Amino acid sequence: MRQSIRRKLIQTLAFFITNPRLGNFLSGRLYKGEWKSLCVPGLNCYSCPAATFACPIGALQAVISSAGLWFSYYVAGFLLAVGVVWGRLVCGFLCPFGLFQELLHKVPLPKRKLWAPLLYVKYVILIVFVLLLPLLWTDFSGAGGPAFCEYICPAGTLEAGLPLLAARPEFRQALGGLFAWKLLVLVLVIIGCMMSYRFFCKLLCPLGAIYGLLNRISLYRLQLSREACVACGKCQSACPMGVNPVGNPGAAECIRCGECVAACPRQALSLRFSADDICK
Amino acid sequence: MQGGLLLMAAISMGYGVSRGEAAIVLRKAVRVCMECIGLG
Repeated sequence: MRQSIRRKLIQTLAFFITNPRLGNFLSGRLYKGEWKSLCVPGLNCYSCPAATFACPIGALQAVISSAGLWFSYYVAGFLLAVGVVWGRLVCGFLCPFGLFQELLHKVPLPKRKLWAPLLYVKYVILIVFVLLLPLLWTDFSGAGGPAFCEYICPAGTLEAGLPLLAARPEFRQALGGLFAWKLLVLVLVIIGCMMSYRFFCKLLCPLGAIYGLLNRISLYRLQLSREACVACGKCQSACPMGVNPVGNPGAAECIRCGECVAACPRQALSLRFSADDICK
Repeated sequence: MQGGLLLMAAISMGYGVSRGEAAIVLRKAVRVCMECIGLG
């Protein structure tokens, strides 16, 4: 089976494991069981009616913004464990919003490459909107808010905001400027994804930033055999994330999709669990 | 190094759970987060 088809099947399966309660879209009710205290590895709003688990970025902000707590050891430990084992494979295989972006990219619009310095914006968003604002921008009681979810996250608007507005008319009374802003962000992200592969992952996703930082040391890694490589450049041409696998197999933008491995005519690249050096 | 990081991750998660962070996540996640969906 072709790598791209196998990956799409795994992504689809991951989507339904993350969001199994599809019937809740009709009622607009949320799952309220104990599983919601556990995080999924990918970006998936916990206010989505179909969700069984919590979004790690939402959970991180929920703890940081609680009065008296300034950091979430629980969520940070979870993200560190997932990142050390899998790196950004989570983005390539397990994230429901990643699948959504890839489907959008199939829309026949002119395709553009992102300006490379923009890839660093997601690190600023991680530090400012996920870690600092929920801690520092507090009310009289000392409690903050989920700044990334509130002002940026398009997954929340798509998976939770729009379905809940459709299913529960009482929410429509709360419509205002904030929702208009979030809808604008969602529309811009959708257009961006149609024109640039995984626009949101590259530019804005704080989860991608965390896993990207761990990509170089993750146990599941892209390994290059310098002896076998003939520097034909086919791997770089095949990479949808714009990475040069020969120049940097541990690149922060690599989502472990395996397109470069499939494109290599000399089997110089492989994806595997290993603690060895990424270049041999 | 990876072994050390995984150990640190496990200790971190355990400490977080012991100080009630999983309960905070649960409380937040079982309600509609009005801010998260742009209605707050």
